[in-house]
Parts: sequence; structure tokens; C-alpha cells
Amino acid sequence: MEPLIHLPGGDGACRSAGHVSRRTLLRWGASAGLAWLTPVARMLAREAEAAPRGKPARSVIVLWMAGGPSQLESFDPHPGSAIAHGAKAIPTSQRGVQIGEALPQVAGLLSDMTLIRSVVSKEADHERAVYNMKTGYRPNPTVVHPSVGAVVCHEGEDPGMDIPRHISILPDQWPARGGYFGAEYDAFQVQDPQGPIQDVSTQVPEARREQRISDLSVVESAFARGRLPDLDRKATLHQLTMQRALNLMGSEQLAAFDVKQAPASQRAAYGDTPFGRGCLAALRLVEKGVRCVEVTLDGWDTHVNNHELQRKKLAVLDPAFAALIRDLKERGLFESTIVLCGGEFGRTPKLNPFEGRDHWPYGFTVAMAGGGIRRGHVHGATDPEGESREPKDPVRVQDLHATLLHAMGINPDKEIRTPVGRPLALSDGVVIDGLLRG
Amino acid sequence: MKTWVRNAVFVVTLLLVLGGVAGRFVRRDRFVAPEPVRDPGHAESSVRSSARRVDEAFAAEWTRSRVTPVPLASDLTWARRLSLALTGTVPSVEEIRAFEQVNPALRTEWWVSHLLQDRRFSDYFAERLARIAVGVEGGPFIVYRRHRLVTWLSEQIHRNRPYDAIVRDLLTAEGLWTSRPQANFVTVTVDQNNEGEGPDEQKLAARVSRAFLGLRIDCVQCHDDMFGGSWKQRDFHQLAAFFACAEMSLTGVRDNEAKPYEYRYLKQKEKERVTPRVPFNAGLLPAEGPLRHRLATWVTHRDNRAFARTLVNRTWALLFNRPLHKPIDEIPLEGPFHPAMEALVEDVVASGFDLQRLIRVIAATEVFRRDSRNTDPEHPVTPEQEQHFASFPLTRLRPDQVAGAILQSASLRTIDADSPVLVRVIRHLQQNDFVKRFGDIGEDEFDGFSGTIPQRLVMMNGELVRERTKEDLLMNAATRIAAVAPDEDVAVETAYLAVLTRRPTPAEKAHFVDRLRDASGEDGKRLHRMGDLYWTLMNSTEFSWNH
Repeated sequence: MEPLIHLPGGDGACRSAGHVSRRTLLRWGASAGLAWLTPVARMLAREAEAAPRGKPARSVIVLWMAGGPSQLESFDPHPGSAIAHGAKAIPTSQRGVQIGEALPQVAGLLSDMTLIRSVVSKEADHERAVYNMKTGYRPNPTVVHPSVGAVVCHEGEDPGMDIPRHISILPDQWPARGGYFGAEYDAFQVQDPQGPIQDVSTQVPEARREQRISDLSVVESAFARGRLPDLDRKATLHQLTMQRALNLMGSEQLAAFDVKQAPASQRAAYGDTPFGRGCLAALRLVEKGVRCVEVTLDGWDTHVNNHELQRKKLAVLDPAFAALIRDLKERGLFESTIVLCGGEFGRTPKLNPFEGRDHWPYGFTVAMAGGGIRRGHVHGATDPEGESREPKDPVRVQDLHATLLHAMGINPDKEIRTPVGRPLALSDGVVIDGLLRG
Repeated sequence: MKTWVRNAVFVVTLLLVLGGVAGRFVRRDRFVAPEPVRDPGHAESSVRSSARRVDEAFAAEWTRSRVTPVPLASDLTWARRLSLALTGTVPSVEEIRAFEQVNPALRTEWWVSHLLQDRRFSDYFAERLARIAVGVEGGPFIVYRRHRLVTWLSEQIHRNRPYDAIVRDLLTAEGLWTSRPQANFVTVTVDQNNEGEGPDEQKLAARVSRAFLGLRIDCVQCHDDMFGGSWKQRDFHQLAAFFACAEMSLTGVRDNEAKPYEYRYLKQKEKERVTPRVPFNAGLLPAEGPLRHRLATWVTHRDNRAFARTLVNRTWALLFNRPLHKPIDEIPLEGPFHPAMEALVEDVVASGFDLQRLIRVIAATEVFRRDSRNTDPEHPVTPEQEQHFASFPLTRLRPDQVAGAILQSASLRTIDADSPVLVRVIRHLQQNDFVKRFGDIGEDEFDGFSGTIPQRLVMMNGELVRERTKEDLLMNAATRIAAVAPDEDVAVETAYLAVLTRRPTPAEKAHFVDRLRDASGEDGKRLHRMGDLYWTLMNSTEFSWNH
């Protein structure tokens, strides 16, 4: 087992990242004149708490299927119909409900989930549709909306957290953003949890690192002369942010990213893929109290050779998604965590001449589970002929957001005064009661 | 290796390095006197008199608001500001040495001219203008088209083509996106998944109103103004109708005047054909001519003050990192306007939209030269002083400026168009990578964005700072200084000049000289200490802020 942060020196008994870092941090803090920022209590790991039944969920994990997964090969098959084009389906633990044959493990857990097979949007371009799905609003040049994870972080307080509360694992070019809440609500981006997280460990020995930080106070005091009193706290927040970054670097909570610390059998269950490791890291992070983790699985944009490419992606998704649900349940986190799996749109019912499926925002599937989400339910239905662009019981993207926020104890109608002075509701959708547990 | 060979190699290397650095410290021939202007004396004095009008406007405001201005900043502080604003980097040690050898009375003029002639200026400003003209959207097609456009803009800015002519070109260009780069203002709005639709009139109308008129008419795209304004949904779509004629063909963008613009207004059952109309100053719109040309003439008309004000406000923002009027793209048509804004608008209209002159005027004002601190530490700067520009506003550097500053301060020599290609390519790649990690702020570059934990992590532990402060005799100034500076005093001072564009205070000097002395003797340790000093300076508030 390899610690995430390499702390040279020190005796063998004190190698745990937490121990050394706490000691080190206090020294850094004191030497840099920043001691007031570093209450020891903040260093202590927060105990993961399972919300009792009936309490709103506190965390959300978004399994982001970038590129637009095909509903037909995954959660909304129409086996035997013309639009299936030969794709097969299998029974699930939800009586009478079938899903694509490439998701056998998820099929066994379907009685814990809600499938919304009738999500509709008006965006068929990747970038716009991603924005739409992640924020619940359509792109608008006057304001940048926050992603759902930013909203959840903004509306909740987590005083004990050193690591970021909003995290994007394996981000593509459009990771979750803080929007009008500011860049501090952007998702913290990390790559495959197989390797160390970028930029959290220093490359010089500890003595030099400490010296560098302590020398800063000389430069800082020269700069502060003649400027606003309390310059840092009132205006620049530079040293404050730096101290938070140092807290993060030294935090034992960082170990949550390090999936290598998990038992081999658990790692194997998620699949030996970056996405599988991302899902395992998401579990470990939520356990530590992180509010929102987005894990991206790319490559669903199958304009060519749809069936084969979808199958490959589903083979990655299936073990990871299923293991995540199982582990959340086993650790008593299923009640306090909502898992959502979906992409920016679905794919056309009819194959194109290259045996691909194109973009289709008129009825696609989002799977949800955990928190206050209904168990063993299918909402809405698409046309088995693939002709209609109006599915039964349609759910607009903004309604999905309103429902999710509601399930997390956040009032979607709450208005935020945006930087341009314009009040905006957290979501302009309506809560769909049918998706929630009675 | 035999000892004598090693010694010889060492001596030769040392000589080469010493020669190079010594040369660079004093060499001035790369920076010649500014190019003569047509009537230098007159231009210079008229720039000064316009700058004076701006200063008078602020002086009146300060008296009215009972704010006392802080004293003027040092020459080097001023030079750093201007360099960051015009090239996105701090001055190099080489430039500082040259700057300080110019007669103090001529320094201001020399420095502005030096920067304006530099390709770094036109490239940097072109990117800033492109952000507002075409945005920062990604996608493989857009990236390439945008790049063509930026290159074209840079050429125009370098030649100091009048700004109104540049904008008219953007609005009216026809032709292929490859051979007529300015046409990409229009082509980047084409939906790549749906090319048959042609350019997007609504996106174009939104761009025109925000980028060139300082108006957010696009807020009424879907409904009449609900926030106290008087704009109607029709105003927006009538503006958009001017772009309906632009379509894509085999020969690129071309105009088809017969192509109508149709839109279904809120609460209407049917789409209707929308007649092109401008939302104000209708008297300035030519009655005849192709649609886009009529619109371009109207937008850039010298009596359409919204156009000049938007230019002034944006240029001001690029120099101060803060616009004169906030928000930057929402300047009410009827005012009230800051008297300084009006003085600059008069000047820029009279000069025929001379962008470089506008920059010279702003750079020549005392407002731009105010310190950002008070020399008397008993009376520190107040928020009121900063708000009224009675002290230079302290603002966070943009990510590209931070990257530029890291790269430049790690090199004693100026990284510019004369640098070897490899140096420039490395710089470009490292800069892009850094900005990606640090977080790009997108189109609205003056919106009071906040600093983040990932940014501090990137500065403390990230690759760029690590690479540029580690031991590397070829690439890194820290190593070179440690190797060749005659004593610790010079080493510390040079590092401060390279990174913070100033000399250390006596306390700072004493502290770091001690540190270096402490390290001398042990092989390699001094190099570490220099790298540490660089690291510390780069991680200071001062480095990441415009002041």
C-alpha cells in the first residue's frame, strides 16, 4: 500500500499521512503566521453518518455517460421490434421489466432503482445538451448556471471537510461547473484514481517545503504595507485559499481517492477499468462526506457501428454501477446518497446507413437510485415503433433536476440573486412525485 | 572522464553562460527607439492633453466624493501593469534593464511604444477581442476557424488598422473561412451538426449587441424585458434579421438578400416574417445597400456613441483589469456616463477609432499611474479610494497572465517573436496546459472571478512552476542567476526583478541574502535556495495580482 502523499523523513511508526500532516500543518501554519486559520478540529476526519430513513439525501453520485448512450441497448430495449435491430433484452429483478442483455449485474439490482424512460430535452448538440443536463437549464448567453453538484454544495455546509466537496473523476472537456456561484464551486478534477492525484504532493523534501512557506511571510508583509487592513481576509483570500490547499495536501481524507487501499476483491468487483476505479473512489469519497461526485464514462457517441460500441461501454458500466449500488447498501449509505446514471441525450431508434445511431433528445433513459428515490419503478415509455417524438409521461430535464434537489432537501424554487442582479430559481422544473418514495 | 576534460568543459560552459547573461543584462540593441509617427511632437502632446482631460474628470469626482488620491506608483510598477495589460506577461529582466537606461522623462513614451510594436501585443489583444467577438466555445471546427480569425485580428491590430474598419469587416465579410479569415465571425455560429441551417442569426445578433454596442439585447430573445428595461422581444429579432441573408455556399459565406428571417413571437400562433430594424438611432442606418453592410455602417457610425463607449470601456478594462462601467457589456444608452468615459469617447472618435492611440491616452493618465497602496502605512488604502480609481484597483491576474508571468520570469531574456521557435512552441504548450489546469475564465474576463484551491495547488505543486524553478542551467533563470551572479545581493535583486518587477525591500533583501549565504559552499545547495526563492516569490499574493 502506497500513501498518496509522500512524506519523507520521520520515523517508521508515524508514516500515516494524517499523523504527520497534522503535525506538519501546525508548523507550517505557525511559521507562516497563519495559525489562526488552522483550528486543529478541522484536521480531524469527519465521521461518515448515515441519514436515518426519511431524512433527505446528502450526497449525489452522477455516473455521466458522455456522448449520449443508446437507451435501446441499455435501459429501454424494445426486444423483437424493428428498432431493436437484433439487440436482445434480459429479465430483471423488477417483475415484467427488461433491460439490455449487456447489463446482467444491474438487472439484478433493478428492484432498487427507478428508470425514467421518457426524459425529453430540446438540445441535440453535445455541448448544449451537456450544459442542459448538468445544470437543468438551457444555455443562455446572459448567465452561466451551476451544475447540480455546485447547487448541492452551495446549499449545504460541511465544516469538517478538507478535501473538495464537489469532485469530477475522469472529466471530459465539459466537467461540472460552479456557474454563477463562482469557480470555487467548480468540480475538483481528478484522473484515473489508479495514480496519485495531480498537484497535491510537493516535489521537494519537507524541510525545504516548510522553509519556502515560512519565507512567504516576508514577501507577504512587504506587500501588505499601505494596503487595506486585513487585506487577505477581506480582499485577496490568497493566503486563506493557500492554507486550504495545504490542509487538503496534508489531509488524511485524501486517502479516499486512493482505491489501492481497498481490498482486492472489492476492486475486482468494480472492474479493472478507469471508470470502475472512479466509481469505487466515488463510494469512498461519499463515505468521507463529499457532496457530489461525477464519474465520466466517455465514448457513447456511436454514429457508426452502434451495437458493438455500445456493448463495449455497457460492459464497463455494468460491474461498476452494480458494485456501487451494492456497496452503498452494505455500508448504510444508500439512504443518504442518490446515484444517477445518464448522458446528454439518447440515440435514434433507427439505424443510419453506417449501422450507427444519431442524437435523440425525444425520449431517453435516466436511471436513479438511493436517497428518497422510489425503488423498483419504471416511469414513462417510448414508442416501440420509434416513430413518436412524444414519449408517455414525459419528464423534462428541469423536472429531473427539481425532483433531485427536492429529494436532497433543497427547495428547487429557492431564488438566488445572480451576479448580474437577476434572481433565478435553483431549478425551474416541477417535482415529479411519482419518482419519489411515498 | 578525465579531470582536465571535466574542468575544461566546466570552464567553457561557464564562459558561455556568463557571456550570454552578461550580454543580455546590458544589451539594448534589440530595443530601438520607437518608430517615428507622422507628427511626433503633435501626436505626443495631443495624447497628453486627452489624458489630462481624463485626469481632470477623476479629480472632480474625487473632490465631490471627498476621496484623496494616493501618490503615483514607481516607474517599474507602472511598467509591470502595462506589460501585463498589453502582452499578458511581466517585463523580462532584459527589458527592465533597457527601460531603466532610458532617460526618465522619456521612459513612459518609450515603454508604451516598445510594447505596442511588439507582436506579443497584437497577438494578445487579438485573443482578447476574439473572446468577445466569437467566444471560447470548443469543438474541432470552431477551434480552427477561431484560430484563423485570431491570426487575422492580430495582423489588423499590428498594422493599427482603425477599429471601426476591423469591425465592419467582421460583420460584412463574404467568402471561404480559409481565405477570408474575417468571415469566421459569421461561420463559427454555424451548427456543425446541422450545416444546412447556415449561420445562426440569433447568436450573431447577441454577439453584435454585446461585443460592439455594450448592450444585452439578447436578454429579450424569448420575452420582453422583465427587469425594468424597455427592450422588447421584437428589438432583438429585428436586429437578428440583418443576418438572415448570410448563408453558406461552396464559396463560403455569401449574401442572399432574398432569404427571409422568420420567428414566432411569444404568445403568437404563427411564425412571422421579421423586417430588419435597428433598435435605436434609426436615422444613422443607410437606406440602401446590402443588409449586412447597412448594419455594419450603423454599428460603427461615429455618431453611434454606444460603439465608441463599448470600445473605450473594454480597452479601459484590459488596462486596469476592471471596466470603467460595470457590467462591461451593459452600458445604458442614455447614461449617465463617467465624464472620463466621455473624454475618451471624444478622443477615439476624433482619431478615427485609433486603438493604439486610445491605449496611449489611457496609459498616459495619472489614474493609470496611481499606486495601489499608500506610501504612508498609517493611512492604508480604503475601499472607497479603490472604487473611485483614486488608488489603482488591486485585481486578480487572469490565468493567461499568471502563466505568462511564470514563463517570462523563468527566463531573463524576453520571450517574444524573436525567440527561437522551440522556445515559443514550448511556451505555447506549457501556457495552454497551465491555463487548462488553472481554469480558464471564459468570455467575461472582468467579472470578479474568485481564486480557487486547485489554482493554489497548481502554483505550489504543479508542473509548470516545478519545471521553471528547478535546476536547469539552459532553461531556468533561477539556476542561471545562482550560477553567475557575483554575490548574493545581486542574485536576490535579480530574482525579485524577474518575478515581481521590483527590488526587494531592505528587510526582504537581508532575509534572502542570509538564506543564500547560509547555503554557499555546499555544492548544489545554493541552486536549491535560488529555486526556493523563485518558488516563494511565485506563490506570493503580489505575483498573482495586478497592483
